[in-house]
Amino acid sequence: MSQTCEINVKVNGEARKATVEPRLLLADFLRQTLGLTGTHVGCEHGVCGACTVLVDGDSVRSCLMFAVQADGRNVETVESLGRIGRMNALQKSFHEHHALQCGFCTPGMLIAATDLIKKYPLATDDDIREGLSGNLCRCTGYEHIVKAIRAVVDSEAGTAR
Amino acid sequence: MKPASFDYVVAESIDMAVASLAAAGADAKIIAGGQSLVPMLNFRLLRPSVLVDINRIAGLAFIEETANSIRVGALTRHHQLETSPVIARHLPVVSRAMTHVAHLAIRNRGTIGGSLSHADPAAELPMMALLLDAEIHVASAAGTRTVAARDFFLDALTVDLATGDIVTEIALPKLPPQTGWGFEEVARRHGDFALAAVAATLTVSGGAITQARIALTGVGSTALRATTAEELLIGHALQPPLTGRAVDAVRAAIAPDTDLHASADYRRHLAGVLTRRALEAAWRRANEGAA
Repeated sequence: MSQTCEINVKVNGEARKATVEPRLLLADFLRQTLGLTGTHVGCEHGVCGACTVLVDGDSVRSCLMFAVQADGRNVETVESLGRIGRMNALQKSFHEHHALQCGFCTPGMLIAATDLIKKYPLATDDDIREGLSGNLCRCTGYEHIVKAIRAVVDSEAGTAR
Repeated sequence: MKPASFDYVVAESIDMAVASLAAAGADAKIIAGGQSLVPMLNFRLLRPSVLVDINRIAGLAFIEETANSIRVGALTRHHQLETSPVIARHLPVVSRAMTHVAHLAIRNRGTIGGSLSHADPAAELPMMALLLDAEIHVASAAGTRTVAARDFFLDALTVDLATGDIVTEIALPKLPPQTGWGFEEVARRHGDFALAAVAATLTVSGGAITQARIALTGVGSTALRATTAEELLIGHALQPPLTGRAVDAVRAAIAPDTDLHASADYRRHLAGVLTRRALEAAWRRANEGAA
């Protein structure tokens, strides 16, 4: 039997306690231990971006981090953004701009965009495309995703000024 | 696609990290950002018996200005380097280079010490270390030592680190006055590893180049300096025939590989084109008086 560790992680505002093997990926902890299946697992080696979550407010690949490393940290998944009927502005914009088709990449896109909007001015659509270059979508061709993010950036800029 | 079992040690200090490494023996690994290590664990290309996690060592993430250099702690994340006002003021070439490193979610997590230790042949940070004649600080159970960047990168994914060694910081000398810089990279997609990248600094006095540094990445087993080309430039103004000779010298000095992404010939051609652009940008900035 391999080593196990007790961890205390705040997930979407809720304190969660678990005993985990060190090799358990954060993505699998979220999906399988906690049942938060909004976070998707695509490539499992940090290429597709589907498993992106926020740890202490920064976007990270949850397939490249171990659950044990999240001990004492604050993790936010796509479930934290909103719910059906109470979607946040970014989710509404994805809805309005048809920024998803199969939906597999969407949780990663939403979390990646959340961090991008927070950290970069995203003045041009090229900036948004560069920012999304680590998130793969095989349905939409990205056009609608860029438009959805553009709309949020523009509306927030409008509010701020 | 799940890692094999390992034991996990949280190091709370550098002393504890090197002691844990020494105790664990040859197949222990340090985990910092994990952005290169964890994919290899997930693929089971690596099956270390012990992972020593250094993420909780206090005081190992810092960017600090000294009289002549900028000290960067090993646990500093790429995004911190990318957005640091101190780096932007004294080493703008580094700020620019960091924007080419992977994607935000990778830059949020990946560390300076990790990138230097991993030494991917197409990564930007080893190239910056070489360009700026940086010094890399290393600790082990036996003590500490300092290695010049030019002696640190030995081969692809191979550096001057022994079992039990850990990089603790890098000291990046500030650019001299009257120094301009250029950075040029081509990758298949933004954030991918470079097919070729070139960085240059030119220091100018009285209309002539007094110091020239040209570093490349993606075109060999390690990042490298184009010393022959650098020497050609000393004592002259940058003009087209001279730039052309420097470009030829860079192309002659490299032996890039052919792979899935680009042929050796294409990479050699590209390295020349990017050298020209980087030198011209550095010359322009040096003569504007802007660092």
